[in-house]
Order: sequence, then C-alpha cells, then structure tokens
Amino acid sequence: MIQNVKFQKSFNYAYIDEFTKKEIRRKTLKAVASPGYQVPYSSPEMPISRGWGTGGLHLSLSLVGPNDVFKVIDQGSDASVNACNLRLFVQEMTNCALTFDTAAATIIQTRHRVPEEILTEKQILVLQVPQPEPLRSVERHEAKTRVMHAEADYAKMWVTLYEAYVRSGQLRTGAGHPLMVNGRYVATPSPIPSWDVPNLSMARCLYLFGAGREKRIHAIPPFTRVEPLEFDDIRFKVEEFVGVKCSVTNEDKAFMDQIYDDDFNQSYVVNDSNFLDKLRQGPRPPQKLFTNPE
Amino acid sequence: MGYVAVKGGQDAIENANKLVDYFRWKGRTEPIQLDQTKTQMRFAVDRAMGEGSLYAPEHAALALLQVEGDSFEAAFHLRAYRATLERRFVAETLNTREMLVHRRISSTFREIPGGQILGPTRDYSFRLLNPSLLNATLGSIDQFIQQLRDEIDSRKLHAMTTYKKVIDIFLQEGLMSREPRPGEDRRLFDVTREAIKFPVPRSAVLQMLARAETGALMCMAYSTMRGFGDSHQTVGEMRIGEVPVRVTDRRGRLRYVGKIKVTEAEMVGGGGRRGAQAAGAAPAPRFSIGYGLCFGQNETKAICMGMVESALRNPDPDKPANNQEFVLYHTEVIEGYGFTNHLKLPHYVTFQAGLEGYRRATRRNAEKAKEETVGAAATGGAE
Repeated sequence: MIQNVKFQKSFNYAYIDEFTKKEIRRKTLKAVASPGYQVPYSSPEMPISRGWGTGGLHLSLSLVGPNDVFKVIDQGSDASVNACNLRLFVQEMTNCALTFDTAAATIIQTRHRVPEEILTEKQILVLQVPQPEPLRSVERHEAKTRVMHAEADYAKMWVTLYEAYVRSGQLRTGAGHPLMVNGRYVATPSPIPSWDVPNLSMARCLYLFGAGREKRIHAIPPFTRVEPLEFDDIRFKVEEFVGVKCSVTNEDKAFMDQIYDDDFNQSYVVNDSNFLDKLRQGPRPPQKLFTNPE
Repeated sequence: MGYVAVKGGQDAIENANKLVDYFRWKGRTEPIQLDQTKTQMRFAVDRAMGEGSLYAPEHAALALLQVEGDSFEAAFHLRAYRATLERRFVAETLNTREMLVHRRISSTFREIPGGQILGPTRDYSFRLLNPSLLNATLGSIDQFIQQLRDEIDSRKLHAMTTYKKVIDIFLQEGLMSREPRPGEDRRLFDVTREAIKFPVPRSAVLQMLARAETGALMCMAYSTMRGFGDSHQTVGEMRIGEVPVRVTDRRGRLRYVGKIKVTEAEMVGGGGRRGAQAAGAAPAPRFSIGYGLCFGQNETKAICMGMVESALRNPDPDKPANNQEFVLYHTEVIEGYGFTNHLKLPHYVTFQAGLEGYRRATRRNAEKAKEETVGAAATGGAE
C-alpha cells in the first residue's frame, strides 16, 4: 500500500526546477539577442492549462526573485479571474510582493493589453502569446515558416495585407497586427489591440513574449525599432473610438471597454483598470499616444 | 474597478472551488478509496498514466478521484506533477522479449511460436449491462477467486516463460530488415526537454504518440484505413504484460528498479504505395512494422500508435495521418485540451478591437455614400 511520504512533496522556489529555469533564461537571452526571432524552448507542463498563460508563467517564474514586485493583468484588468488565479499561483510559489500599480511593478504579466502608462527601464512586460507565428495564417507548416523567417521571405504576408485592404478597405481588422522588429523579423505582438502596438517601438522597458503551448519565446528589447506592417500609401491605424467617452472619467484618450447594463444600455469605460484608478485620483500618468495618419 | 473588483475575482474562484466540492459530496455517498480506484478502475488508471506520461498507479488513481473521472484532467494533473520531478536516471531500453505476458495475440498467422494467448480481454464479451455486478461483496469476490483457482489443474501449468516475437518469423525469412531506413534520423530526442522541430526524429515521434490522447490517436489511425489513406495493417503481434526496468547507476552497474505494465503493438504493413515500391526492388524487404507502445493495458492506443507511426514514415500532404505536423501537434492531449478550453477566458479586448475595425469600415462606407449623393446632387444642379 502507498506510503504517506509519497504524496509529501514541496515544490522548488518558483515551481519550476532550477535546471529548467536556467534553460528558460538562456533561451530568453537568446531571444533578446535576436529581436523578433522565435526561440524554441522546453516549455514544461504547468499546473495551469495550456493556452491560459503558461508561456507567460514560464517567463515570469524564471525571472521573479525575492525583491520583485509582480502584477498580472488580463484584458487590461487586475480583476479578471484568470489574472487573479495566476497572481495567486506566482505568489504562493515565490512569496513575492504584489501590486496593482503599473508604475510600482518590476514584472508585469499581461494578456491582450499593454498598459496605457509608459513603462520604464526598470520594468519587464511579459506577454502571453497564443500563436507566436505571425505567418501561420499564410503558411500552416511550421517547417516552412521557419525557412521563410530565415530567408526573410514575407511576400505572402504582404499579399495577405493587400488582399485584406482590397476586400475590407483596411490592412487588417482586429488584434495582433504583425510587426517588423528591428528591420529583420516579422513577429506577432500577441493579440493586443492596434492601440497598443506603437508603444512597443523604442520603449524603455523589455518586452518578452511567451507562447507555452507552441514552446516559443520572442522578445523586443528596449529601444528597438518596431514597425507595424503597412504600405507607403495605406497606413497602419489604431482604434479610433469616435464620439466615445469614459462614463467614469469622461476621458477619451485610452482603449475603451464597451459595457451594457441590464437594460442593454451601452456605455464605455477605460479598459486599463489601474490607469482608470489613477485618472480618477489624478494626476494623469505619463502615456504615449499615437495619431492616425490621414 | 480597483481593489474591490479584484477581491471579487478571487472570491469567485474560491467559491467556484467550494461549489465543485459541494456538487461532489452533496449526494453524501461513501468516499471512494484510492486502492478501490487503482484496482477496479484499471483502464482509467492506465490511460491516465499513458497520457500523463508518468508510470505511477497510485498518483494516477488519486488524480482520477480528484477530478471525478475526467480523463483529460487526470492526465493533466499527472503531467503537471511529472514536470516537477528530477530526472535522476535514464532507463535502459526496455526489452519486451523479457515480458511476463498476460495476453498476446497475432492476426498475421493462425499459430505462432509460443501460441496465441487470449488473456484478459473484453473483446469477445457481449456488451450487455450486467446488474449482477451490483450484488458483488467481498465474500462473493473471495468465492469467485477460490473457484477460479480450483478450476486450474496445476499439473497442466507449464513453467513461467518468455516468448519469441512474431517479427522473428519475418526477420528469419528476410521479409523484414533490422537495418534502419536509409537517412533515418536516429537521434535520441527528449520531447519534454526540447521543443520539436520538423522533420522530427523517430524517437520524438514515438514519444509524442505514446503520450498522445487515445481518442485523437484513434481518429488519426482510423482515417488511414477509412478514406484518407489506403492502408489496412495487420496486428503482427500485440502483447501486454510486465517488463523489467533497469538503470545504470553512477558506478556503471546495471540495476533493476521495478517492472511496469505495457501494451506493445507491432503492426505489419503491406500493400499500398510502399508495398508496390518495395516489390519493384526485388531484394528489398517487403515489410516494415509500425510500432506502438504505451503504459498499462490500452490496446486501442498501442494499435493506433503503430498504425500512425507507420503512416508518418510515409509523408503525404493529402492524408492527415501521414503529416507529422498535423498528427503530432493535434493529438497532444494537454495542449489541445488547454487551448480549446481557453476560449472560456474573456476576450473582450480583442473583440472590441475587431468591432472598432468594423465600425471604421461602416463609417467609411457611410461617408462614401454621402459624397456620392452630394456629388450627384452637384452634377444635377449644374445641368
């Protein structure tokens, strides 16, 4: 019969064993050294589902130390159930300090948003990535997309953007606009809205992208040139939110959530929960805004 | 929006966990014991160990109890636990010729060296619900075992033995070769330590298939013989039983560390494209095997693994099961389970980004229509 000792196992600091953490850090350094290049890594199973932020967790747990201040957001909010769950897990495994304050965090793990507030050189933004391969929509085979990246052969991507323009009158609708990173690799920014994309370029912070299920890490180091794919005459544009104001702050310069009350009345509210808190309390935090070209 | 809402999310999670426990216990029935699960839910335990990639029957039984029998979750719990374990040794290659066989069949020959052993199987039972199972007691179980023992004539029992393999016949006749295929990637890869890159070496293919979801693997295997492939392989041999595991310790001594129960299937291919090719080159061996091996007794998985393994060695973009990327990525249980379920997570930011795109298009169309009307009116006025 089973002995009790069999089920008495304490976990290593930050859950992942030291060898694997070391491996993830080395792969992360490689990613930083080749901005936009997808580095394969071991991606061990986590006690959190694949597709729910395991890649982000690998990065966060390989980075977090006793002096770190950790923040997790999902859809721009600290309050989202999965953000709560990941935050609890990281704290239980590392005993690190937690914060909701964007400026106070040293590591921020996020899904689908970049905070509105400008991040500094003391901060790392870890983005959860469902599909690290921006070319997957034009080439289904991994073996071929890797060759396409190696040869910087992005013709199919350009054709797709052109076709989207012909069909819909715009380069692309929706989140995750493909990027040219440092003039070399086409990469995905993860499914962030176009609103956030200009913030990735020449930023002071380090952006790390973890795709756990697909076992890839890529990075945008500080002060790296990042250009959303666009044509000379048909330019990349961010969401406009025409005639929309936040019902709480009366603000219009932020990414908005559209919310409905019980009677289906529509209103808008600033999406970034910490930015909203700060707008209400004042002063307004530093923010980089992008103006759409005509 | 700030702290209060965050507390709300955490409270919701805590309450959800409590409710799961409530729904589990509200029937107020006796808790199922670990050893009951381990001994009376053998196939669920075996499947969880295989897909969970960890041979640990007690842990698998605990996982099954914990998740109330959900096979995906049970495998997931084992994988997450496995990922925290140190790798102290790498086992020597299992030798299934040493197997203490419980069951062993071949469908390629009527008689095989050592004989066909039907063993414990439900293959030839009628699938009728059996309410008499509900009357079983410890007493009736003892009685059954005693009766079974009495039926055995000990004089007719032969000594414990191991069995030669059916593929030995093919090897002896020169119909199969021990030589690897020319150009075959023989590297020993560890899919748990490294992300796969294509083309994937055979070792990685076998590891991934052995860990794959049983149903997904069956879907792939079935497709090779139903309409998206032209194979109809035969079970050269399928054997189930216990195999010793050995490791080489730090002083270089070979050490026995225990035995594990496995199902091994050697599927013999014939006919199809490959058969025709081999027939052209006269001295070349005509047969190769598709190899399947998995933890515990999971015959469907081992057989399907053999079929799919064989299909993967003959790449064909028109057939899903002959495509490494398609099969290996999409039969992986933890990744498929997680990603399909992640759709339950909020996506309102991405959805809003999409909505804004559509609104912009609508605005542009409206402006265009207006310009055209104005333009038409202006032209009309000039006339």
